[in-house]
Amino acid sequence: MVRCFLIHTVCPVSALSAGESRLLYSRMFGPDEAVLTEQHRELSPEERRLLRKEKLAVVARQVRSAVSLTREAAGRALVEAVPGEEALVLQEADSGVMRLRAGDPFNEEGSAVWLAVHSLAFTLVCEPHENLLLAEGSLRSLSRHCLEDLHLLGQGSEVLLKSSRVDVLLSRLLPHGQLLFLNHRFAQSLEKEVAGYMSK
Amino acid sequence: MYSHGSESLIRQAREIQDSELQKFYSRLVKLLQFKEVSHELVDSLHRLYLILSANKYSRTLPSELQQNLVPLLSSPSEQLQVLSSAVLRETLPPCGEEKNIAQLNSHAAALLLSQAGSKDDLSDLCAQLIRSLEIRPPDGPAPSLMHTLPFVNSILTHCPECLTADHVILLSKKLVDWLRYASIMQVGGASSGGFFSGSRSRQPAPIAELDGTVSGDFFTVLCVGQGFTEDQWMNVYSFSVLRHWLLTYRGVSNDSMVVDAANRLQLSLSFSHSFSNDDRSEVDGSVVSMVSATSSSSRLLSPKERLREKSFQYCQRLIEQCDRKALKKTDTDLQKACLVEAVCILDLLCAEDPSLVYRVFPCVKALFGRLSSDLSFARVLVPVAQFYLNHGEMAAVDCESVWKLVFSQFPAELFNDPFLAHDFLRFLRLNLEGLQRAAPHFTRYFPNFLKFLAWDSPATLEDFVDLLPSLVTAGSAVELLHTLLDLPCLSATLVLQLRSTSLPISDPGSRGLLSLDAFRNPAFRGLFLFLLRTEAGSGDTIERLSTLHDLLAEAAEWPRVVHCAQTVPVLLHVYFNTVITVADEKLLAHLILVMLERSNLLLNMPTYCKEIHRVFSSQLLRLCKLHPSLVVDQSQELLEFAGATANVYSKEEVYTHVVWVLGEYLSLSSDSRCSVRLITSCFESLEAVLFEITSSAPPPGSVCPAPKVITTLMSALAKLASRSHDLIPRVSLFLSKMRNVTKGGSVPWCSDEEDVVAIVTRGEELWSLLKTPGVAQSVLTPPPYVNAPRWHRDSNLALPLQLRALTALTHSP
Repeated sequence: MVRCFLIHTVCPVSALSAGESRLLYSRMFGPDEAVLTEQHRELSPEERRLLRKEKLAVVARQVRSAVSLTREAAGRALVEAVPGEEALVLQEADSGVMRLRAGDPFNEEGSAVWLAVHSLAFTLVCEPHENLLLAEGSLRSLSRHCLEDLHLLGQGSEVLLKSSRVDVLLSRLLPHGQLLFLNHRFAQSLEKEVAGYMSK
Repeated sequence: MYSHGSESLIRQAREIQDSELQKFYSRLVKLLQFKEVSHELVDSLHRLYLILSANKYSRTLPSELQQNLVPLLSSPSEQLQVLSSAVLRETLPPCGEEKNIAQLNSHAAALLLSQAGSKDDLSDLCAQLIRSLEIRPPDGPAPSLMHTLPFVNSILTHCPECLTADHVILLSKKLVDWLRYASIMQVGGASSGGFFSGSRSRQPAPIAELDGTVSGDFFTVLCVGQGFTEDQWMNVYSFSVLRHWLLTYRGVSNDSMVVDAANRLQLSLSFSHSFSNDDRSEVDGSVVSMVSATSSSSRLLSPKERLREKSFQYCQRLIEQCDRKALKKTDTDLQKACLVEAVCILDLLCAEDPSLVYRVFPCVKALFGRLSSDLSFARVLVPVAQFYLNHGEMAAVDCESVWKLVFSQFPAELFNDPFLAHDFLRFLRLNLEGLQRAAPHFTRYFPNFLKFLAWDSPATLEDFVDLLPSLVTAGSAVELLHTLLDLPCLSATLVLQLRSTSLPISDPGSRGLLSLDAFRNPAFRGLFLFLLRTEAGSGDTIERLSTLHDLLAEAAEWPRVVHCAQTVPVLLHVYFNTVITVADEKLLAHLILVMLERSNLLLNMPTYCKEIHRVFSSQLLRLCKLHPSLVVDQSQELLEFAGATANVYSKEEVYTHVVWVLGEYLSLSSDSRCSVRLITSCFESLEAVLFEITSSAPPPGSVCPAPKVITTLMSALAKLASRSHDLIPRVSLFLSKMRNVTKGGSVPWCSDEEDVVAIVTRGEELWSLLKTPGVAQSVLTPPPYVNAPRWHRDSNLALPLQLRALTALTHSP
């Protein structure tokens, strides 16, 4: 299962301190873990929501630092890309996986698989026993769709104003956070459905 | 990509004024009441979502608006379903309406799931959903089953007890049907158009494999067709949730006779209603394959056992299918993912039912044989290694070749693959006990494992903090310490290794790097090969370490090397924490020597040397405190170190601590071998150094020694003198001379006047203490029992305590 999917910044943002990340899209799957654990049972729904948001912010920050350290170590210069170059940009994107210890920030241990394209990163937080090869493939596919359907290589504000597109994408490719073993035919069939939605 | 436009949108959403917000709400309510899907409505809903989600503190919607949003969840337009679900997810109170989840679309279902308030809510949702699986409505199309399994799986992750035993049995049966008995015909997909479509009726064609050939066995995720039937989709979903399902319900007792009998009764009853849609295994006959032919009869198995059997067949078939060459790259990647999943599922099945091991092992062994020579399948081979570890003993199979491949080859050649590093280190971390039992020599490969850390320290440090204690053994402790200290060199070497293979020699870009030339130079080959070794045991370290450090001097600025250097102090602390539990005094003595030796044999990076010195200092203190006799034991080497004035300037912190331990522990009470001669010779060495550094300015290029060095030296001399009273006059003379010299004002060996005052004050304290040798001895060399409180066992303390206790007893009312 995937716990959450995030799209967030990995570049310096003027309104934030260095090292912080702006969350542009976030989606948690499944029931709220705070409801089901002993320590957080007394929280009100408002406090639970705040807790969820804080946890996602922690993940985004940690991925941001992982991305910047990886890029620093690799020493490659980032080349600006223009719309239309999505496939190329994905091929050259940095990717990696990070271990999230139990308690930091989720109750159970997890792995954060990330894909960084220029100033944005796509992150999937998976359960510990998840098939990471499948997660990596799914993340690439999701990122490609997001880059194309939200025109992220251009201005990029559509991710804020057309977030329903990402929701629909996730409902097909990652229903309730479930990673799917989709061969190219199954994937095509789902993508056709999604394309039908996007064209409206 | 991320522009000022986006940033300002977010700011607007957060800072929207209340009056504007209320106007927006009422406008939205009006739009909703029109009941048509206008562009403005969709746009407004998007904006509403942004306003609600941009803040981490929640906003409450006016109840009128909320009431108008709820019906959208079942709107025929998917856009409205998605948007209302997203908006309501960001608001607080749950919808309140009781809905039959089986009738809901997936967006509404997601909302219900996210707002579930308790385990009971989740149980209810599960129960409703599974009931709908059982009962097909008599009229009208069945609601889509597609998202049932992901939904249930999502609940299982957090509370597996939400499914009752009946539910588990029902779903197990369904999974068997979907996995094993899905249709093997293609649905005619969208026609390709053209002149000939439509007039001819399409013959249903059989499904195909990924390489294009017609499929000869049951349907799996690696089968393709033009279009897919519902049960073929359910096959995909079933396999996707299968591992988690088996993991959740493994070990759930189904072994008792009573339960088994009950299940058998249930099975025979269901067979008596045979040819129902739910149980198609009777109609199995036509599909014949190697796999099914060798399976045991499925008649007498419980639903769980049947699921295990069918899962086994499915995984076997997947493994066969992965041998085919897929036509598309994404399918090749999927094949690898399927291999990993299949092996993991087989591992689970064998853990549940050990009798399966004999049937499964040949399959896994063949897979290993096929893939072991291809490093691009390394990530598949990690779960294979897990399988060998879990079941190799049971099957009495020799696993040496597996360990050799995994421990010796993978880290050496694939250290720069972040995903393999993660999988590999996770495998080690989770199986430490098993490996210590089945492959205890794995600790020998620590030089190889550390390559993952040297390449990508930030990502792997956590794992190594957990792993390092298991790698510390008495036999390899010294070599491990040297290896840890040279991790930045390893990091640089790995960078050079990669660059040297990717850049040809004639490339102008490679000319500029001196270190790369050195790497390629046969004269220095041995140095680099030692760092790149895969196994420990060929020597603690190399002779020409300083040469190596010079060659790699320019690497000190490479970011990768810098990251690595930052992790070494942490690892050293973990190392020492472990080594004191496994080492005897002899080994600890050796480690002290290594610390002294290496304190000036480190890669020249400014903060690195300082940090390592700091670690050495604290660990030296700790070791000597635990085993005070070490000081007397190693007195010769310690004195040699302390007697060299140059060390004061180059290794100030370590020097200070060496002097301190000498002063503190070079005494009879620590070790009976401590002689007066030893104390005197130590005194003389330290005295000489103190004279030297307080008589002149520091040599050019060095800074004045910190006051702490001087006061530590003075205290050490005083302590030694208190043990051998002949030395007291010498110390007193020196201290009074020092007082006179500093009365004249500033001194060349100390830049700060306040520091001089502090030093002189300390000198005076020591001088007056030494005027009464008896007191000096008990203050400066206290007997051991003073430091260790003994409470009532101490005859001095005990008497007052006893008296007080007696008084309290006798005077009680």
